[in-house]
Order: sequence, then C-alpha cells, then structure tokens
Amino acid sequence: MPSSLLSPRTRGLAVLALVVLLLPLALRNTYYYEVAILVGLNAIVCVGLNLLIGYAGQISLGHAGFFGLGAYVSAILTARYGWPPLAAMLAAVAGVAMLGYLVGRPILRLRGHYLAMATLGMGIIISIVIATEDRLTGGPDGMQVPPLALAGFVLAGERTWYWVVGALLLGSVWLAQNLIDSPQGRALRALHTSEIGAEVCGIDSARHKVRVFVISTIYAAFAGALAAHYAGFITPGKVTFFHSIELVTMVVFGGLASTFGAVVGAAVLTTLPQALTLFKDYEMVVFGAVMMLTMIFMPKGLVPTIARRLHAAGR
Amino acid sequence: MATRHVLVAILSLWLASAHAQEPIRIGSFLAATGGAAFLGDPEQKTLEMYVEKLNAAGGVLGRKLVLVAYDSAGDAEKARTFAKRLIEQDKVDLIVGGSTTGETMAAVPLVEQAGVPFISLAGAVVIVEPVKKWVFKTPHTDRMACEKIFLDMRARGATRVALISGAGGFDKSMRAECLKVSKNHGIEIVADETYGAADTDMTAQLTKIRQNTQVQAILNAGFGQGPAIVTRNYRQIGISVPLYQSHGVASKEYIKLAGDAAEGVRLPAAALLVAEKLADGDPQKTVVALYTREYTGRFKSDVSTFGGHAYDGLMLAVEAIRKAGSTDKAKVRDALESLKGYVGTGGIVNLSPSDHMGLDLSAFRMLEIRKGDWTLVK
Amino acid sequence: MSAPFLQFLLAGLTIGAIYALVALGFSIIYNASQVINFAQGEFVMIGGMATVSLAGAGWPLPAAIAGAVLLAAAIGLALEKLAVDTARKAPVVTLIIITIGASILLRGAAAILWDKNVHALAAFSGDAPLNIGGATIVPQSLWVVGTALAIVVVLSLFFGRTLLGKALLATSHNRVAAQLVGINVRHVLLASFGISAALGAIAGALVAPITFTSWDIGVMLGLKGFAAAILGGMGSGPGAVLGGLVLGIAEAMGAGYVSSAYKDAIAFVGILAVLFFLPGGLLGRRSADRV
Repeated sequence: MPSSLLSPRTRGLAVLALVVLLLPLALRNTYYYEVAILVGLNAIVCVGLNLLIGYAGQISLGHAGFFGLGAYVSAILTARYGWPPLAAMLAAVAGVAMLGYLVGRPILRLRGHYLAMATLGMGIIISIVIATEDRLTGGPDGMQVPPLALAGFVLAGERTWYWVVGALLLGSVWLAQNLIDSPQGRALRALHTSEIGAEVCGIDSARHKVRVFVISTIYAAFAGALAAHYAGFITPGKVTFFHSIELVTMVVFGGLASTFGAVVGAAVLTTLPQALTLFKDYEMVVFGAVMMLTMIFMPKGLVPTIARRLHAAGR
Repeated sequence: MATRHVLVAILSLWLASAHAQEPIRIGSFLAATGGAAFLGDPEQKTLEMYVEKLNAAGGVLGRKLVLVAYDSAGDAEKARTFAKRLIEQDKVDLIVGGSTTGETMAAVPLVEQAGVPFISLAGAVVIVEPVKKWVFKTPHTDRMACEKIFLDMRARGATRVALISGAGGFDKSMRAECLKVSKNHGIEIVADETYGAADTDMTAQLTKIRQNTQVQAILNAGFGQGPAIVTRNYRQIGISVPLYQSHGVASKEYIKLAGDAAEGVRLPAAALLVAEKLADGDPQKTVVALYTREYTGRFKSDVSTFGGHAYDGLMLAVEAIRKAGSTDKAKVRDALESLKGYVGTGGIVNLSPSDHMGLDLSAFRMLEIRKGDWTLVK
Repeated sequence: MSAPFLQFLLAGLTIGAIYALVALGFSIIYNASQVINFAQGEFVMIGGMATVSLAGAGWPLPAAIAGAVLLAAAIGLALEKLAVDTARKAPVVTLIIITIGASILLRGAAAILWDKNVHALAAFSGDAPLNIGGATIVPQSLWVVGTALAIVVVLSLFFGRTLLGKALLATSHNRVAAQLVGINVRHVLLASFGISAALGAIAGALVAPITFTSWDIGVMLGLKGFAAAILGGMGSGPGAVLGGLVLGIAEAMGAGYVSSAYKDAIAFVGILAVLFFLPGGLLGRRSADRV
C-alpha cells in the first residue's frame, strides 16, 4: 500500500484504536480497568489542552476548574434537579463553553506569565466557589452523582465504561487532528510562531485564540462530566490547582504540539503514581526525580523525542 | 556435601512455608501524606505496630496478619482507586482505613457493592447515618462533639456562641452539625466566621467576633494548624470569653503549636489523652495506659486520638474475625454488629445493626488545657 | 483610624511582607532566565523547617537561621547547576516543568528528612502583644516587616552598586548584549538561584513563629508569592514588593469587611481586574517586542 495513503495522522489514529481494542487482554481485573479509564479521561482533557498550549502557544494553569465545573454542573443538575444525565452533561459542556467564551476574551489579551496567572486565578476562584457553596455542591466532602443512563440503559461497570471512554477518546483525537489540519489549525500555528506576523497576514488572532480556548474548555468539561457519572462521586479535589498543574505537566511531558504526545503523557503520569506506591515514603521523591530527569533529557517531551530517534534510526 | 544438605534444608523449609496457612489480609488506605497527614501518620504507625504485635503473639485463628496499606494523601479520588485496588487486586478480607470523611465516602459505594467489611477512621456522622450494611466507624461523630461542648457551655452559663471554622471537610461537617443541634441544647449561634485551609492569620475574623458584644463563648471547629493559629490570635487580640476547640485537635501537637495561648482552652476528647490522670477504677484505664506506653515507647512521640481510633478499628476487626471463626466476609460483618462491651481507646463500644459506631456521649471526656497539659474537667 | 481597620491593616502588612520576599525571589530568577521557579515556595519551607530542626538540636537562633539560609542557598545552587543548567537549551515550558518536578522532590524529601508534622518556631523577641492605637500585633510582625525592608534596601544596593548585581540587571534587560560585553550569563543564572533561595529561606525563618512551618507550607506561599510578583509586574523588584503588600492587605481587608470564606477569591478577582486594565501588572515594564 502506498505510504501516502496511510498518512502519519491516520497511522497514529489506527495505532491508538488498536491499543484501545487490544488493551483489555492485559487488564486483569476491574482495578486495572479503572486506571485505564482514568487515563482515558485525563487524555481527553490533555488533547484539548494541547491544542491551546502546544499549537496555539497559549497557557492555562486553571483547566482543572473547567473539568470540575463540567463535572459539578452535570452532577448538580442530575442529583439535585432530576435532569436526565445526558441532557445534564450537554448543558454542563455548553455552560462551560459559554463561560470559556466570556472570560476568554479579556483573559487572552494577556501574554505569557500574566496569562498563566489569570488562568490560575480563575481556576482557584472556581475551586473556592465549589468548595464553599456546600449546600449545592456538598462542600469539601463532595457529593454522590447518579450514573449515566442512555434511553433506559444504565452505564455502569468498569468494562462498559472502558469501551465508552475508549471510543470517546478516539473521537476526541480525530476531532483535534481535523482541527489542526484545517485552516483554523494553520492559523493557530501561525499565531504561535508570531502573533504579529499572523495578524499581518489577515488572521484575527483574538478570535482564533478565544476559539481554541473555548474548544479546550469543552474537552475538559466533557471529560469532567464523564468522570463524575463514572465514579458516582465527585469532590473538589479534582478542581484544585494541583490538578491543573498535573494536566499541563502531562501535556508537556508527552510532547507539545503532538496530540498523541498528550495521550501518552496522560497515560504515563496517571499510571506512574500507581506504580510508585511500592516506594512508599519515597514515592514523592521518586516521582519528582522522574519528572525532572525526563524533562532534562527529553526536553521536547516523550513522543517527539522518541519519534525523532526512531526516524533517525530508520534512515 | 554440606552445601547439598543446606540446599535441601532450604528447599524443604521453603516448601513447608508454601503449605502454611493463608494469611489474613487487612487492607488500608490512609492519608499518610498531604494535608491530613496529622491523621494518617499516627494511624499508619499504629496499624503497622499492632499487626506486628499480633503476629508475634501467634496471629489470629493461627493465621498471620498481612497489612496492605496505601497512601491516599487525603484525596478522595486516590482513596477510591486504592479501595478498588485493595478489593480487586489485593483481595483483602477487611478494610480499616479512610482517614477523612471525603476519602471514606468515596470508598463506600465500592465496599457496599463488593461486600467487604469496612471500618472507617473518619469523623462525620454521615458515614453511619443512614446505616450502611458494610460500613462501620470508630471515631466519635462530629455531632457528639457539638453536643458535648454545648452541654459544657450551658453549665458555664454561656448560651450565645460564635462559630469559627475552616474550609476542610471536617470543619464544614462539624459546623453544619453544630448549627443543626444548637437549638436542641438552648444554644444560639450569633456569629459564623470561616478561614481558609492554609490561612496564616485569623485576626480579622476574630476581631469581628470580639466586636460582637453578644458573644459569650467561641467554638472553633477545625483541625490541623488552623485552630492553633486561631488560639494564638485569640490570645493576641485579648478576647476574654472562653474558647472551645473540637476533638480534631486532640493531640499534643496542638498544645505545642499554640503554646501558652492554649491555657484554659476546653475540648471534648477520648480518655486516651489523659491516660495517667484517669481514676484507677476507670474501665478504660488499662487499655489506654497500655497503648500510650507501647506507642510512645516505639515511636518516641505523643499519642493522639487518631492513632487510638486506628487501634480500636484493628482490634474490633480482630475480635470479629475471632468471633466469626473465619474470614468469611458476611460472617465477620455479622460478628462486628454483635460486638458489645469492647473497651477501646475511644470509649466502650456497643455495636448493633442500627448503630455502626457504638459510642455514646460518655465516651467523650471534657478536657481543659492547663500548663501545657490535658486535665479532666469534672 | 478605627481599631478594627488598623488590626486588618497590620495583619495584611505582616503577611504582605512575606509575600513580597517570596515574590522578589520569583522576580530575580525570572529576570535572569525567563523561568518561573515553581520550587520557590519550597525554599521558604526549607528556611523554616531547617531553622526549627537546627534550633531544636541546640543551635542558638541566629546560627540556626544562618544554617538554614545556607542550606537553602546550596540547594538552590544545586538545582540550577544540575537541572536548569543541564537543560538550558530547552523551551521555557520544559524548564518550568522541571522546577515543578523539583518542588515535588523537595517536598517529598522534606517529609522524609524531617516529618509531616506542623512545627512552631520560638518568636525572636517574645510573644507579648504590642498595642498600637487599639490594634495588637506580635513583636514578630515587626521583625518580619523590618527585615523585609532591610532586605529591599540591601538588594537595591546590590543591584545598583556591585558588579554581580549589575551583571544580573544587564542579563535581564538583554541576554545577548550582556554576553557580548563579557558577562558570563551562566554564572549570573547560578547566582540568581542562590540569591532567590536565600531570600525564600529568610522569609521562611521570619514567618515560622507566626504561621508555623511544615513540609508542605511552601505550596500556598509559593502560589501567593507568584501571584504577588505578577500583580506587581513580573521582573520588577519594586513591583514584587508592592504586589506582595497589596495582596496581603487585600486579603486581610477582604476577610475583615466582606467575607472570610471568599477572601482568597476576592484577592484573585482583584488581581484579574488589575491585569485586565494593566496587562503588565502594576509596575510592569512596557516591553517592546521585536517583530
């Protein structure tokens, strides 16, 4: 088959689909499925965040806030107001997207560290509101969330959710890649290289930045709502700025401007703490050391570095 | 020649041990690091030490105990994942853990579904109310703490109370319980201030309370370093009405941090803290004195009620396993429910199908801090 | 001035001075390298914890503080040499992740080396509250504000009068130009980490008698220090100090007059508002970008 038919993009997606299909052979019990599902959910958020950080060159240190809002809005609408879960999820994602649009415009006028601070501040404000309004959100101890039901069929059990999340992850990656290869995507990359240069070419940078920001919040809110209904329980622990930093770390770790890098980064940094429990007291030290060493020796992130080595080796 | 004999000896010993009895697996997820390490650290030390001691004394039902413990760092998500790991992967017989309410509640649906007895070490009343089939707890509830404090306040003639609490789960839960039961005890809450989990200065909130001339007593529902800072600030700006703390600060750490400012502060706590001061006829004296001696001897640090709750949890579990004669989960659960008159560090425990905690208000003693030490209030 | 207002103001000034010191640490490293050192809060933690443990081992207080500051400075230098310098060709985002990894590692190491408990340090000159116009402060507050002032003066002398200080300033204005005039920017970067670490440690030791110290106290202080540095304009020394004081006072006033539950949210909304009108922070340089 001519190699041009299987472009890198399709190849990557095919590999991911293969992994999703074959992974259950290695998953021995529901605990393993749980970790796989968590990886999938984090990966969805990271794919969206990578569009913002890797391609558009912006930064957000508050994305856990959008993840949490998606989760809590969906949880509150189903648990306290009796909405059907699917409608609640859609409403949550739409609501967060609208919020993302409203705050995106003023916030994205900032650059670099100021933008980082603004997003950080926003994430923190969201987490404070969620933790304080305990009558609505259950406060720091969290609240129960009804499971997701589609036309009478209740989605429960790790195996079912594995396929749901796997399919949604593939869909998210495909969408992201479509965006990257579209004129929008090229405009974003131009923006990243030089905002002024892009504007000179007639690209409305503000509009594009806000658009990709909103898209990344949609990814985050969607994953958040899924996470809430899957776990049946949600606490503000997922809305902290620690989690925001974790998400950014996953994206950078896996490789900026690489959608598959985002997935790999999410996979590694979600499973690593589970694997490191054998170090007991030394878990944090080892985790920090692993992060530092990987970034020092693979500054562009895992996937681009490995891809480059393979490419060089293949020559 | 000798080498071959040694090899044979080693091989036969190894084979023999492979035929030995299946160990009893006790699972645990504790907040050993993170914001609640205050709780999880003594809990972990206690569990490790007593599993060792029980094994040295021959184990339970002739079987060795194995403790599988994970650090959930006060994070409910991690707690959930570890609970699942304990149930599915490590196949534990029973779980003693869950340092905070958030972590406990995240694991509750899992143990209920899998049918594994779970003894929680967290405080909020919501853990056992409504009663859940497989979930028990050893610490006194926050509602009991409110009631004990309100009774003492009334006895001193104070009925209008200012509440000050932090942002954590324990703080918010206790605050809500206190607001709920205040009317039943003739108490009126006239001020309600809060502070953040990592806040370092509460003079602003306390100044507002001081300005409120109605206030006759202050109740600080919190744990960690917040209450110590509240206590210092309270002394610094010269408030004269009495200050009550919660059982969340029931450890010498609080006195060390608050220093002289803690003089005269009252709080409800388990008898464990005043082991040497208990009357000789006190039913808890033997248990708490022994635990205090063993814990301080091994770890060279003061006992805290949190470690005591872990001790009670483990001992209740062992009692139930002995009574059930096996580690069959349903039998152990039934045995737990039938335990009566167990003397623990937290009080005398009487479990039943409708009461999965088993303590009443007498299990709480009212303590006052004098000269840097706990004293019993008669 | 009413007594409660004065009380809030004094509380805000005390914590604001600490934020200012941490913010200065961020600014100095940023100036030399464009890197945000997320491990800055951990230097504050090391300052406090090391002082507590040295003092507990019998060292006299000034020696304990000096020892803690030296330890923090050494760790800062090691961090720069082993991690940041080795990865100096990496994009800025990667360097930031490296410092995040370093902060996790330092926290984990602190939990093992010391413990997970909260510790108090004895106040430098006693606990007897001082009455000022109806408001009270502890003497330690005076130490905090006074030392912070002294440090700001020393730093401005350092940057204005010494060769190393001027080299640091030159690097922050234009790295290439600085290299062209013979400044070893790698040494400058090393020095910046050492100085920031020392600053953080001093702040940690100063504030431990008031706020207590523990293995994870660096997180919140680091975050607030970062916010203060941005508020004042990242890279501006006076901006860092101003940002710190404004943040501290805003928090105290928010708690006192609006809502104690939302005081942090109020402070952050305030920061966002400032950034909206002044995208470079209060005293931020209006930099010109080369197109």
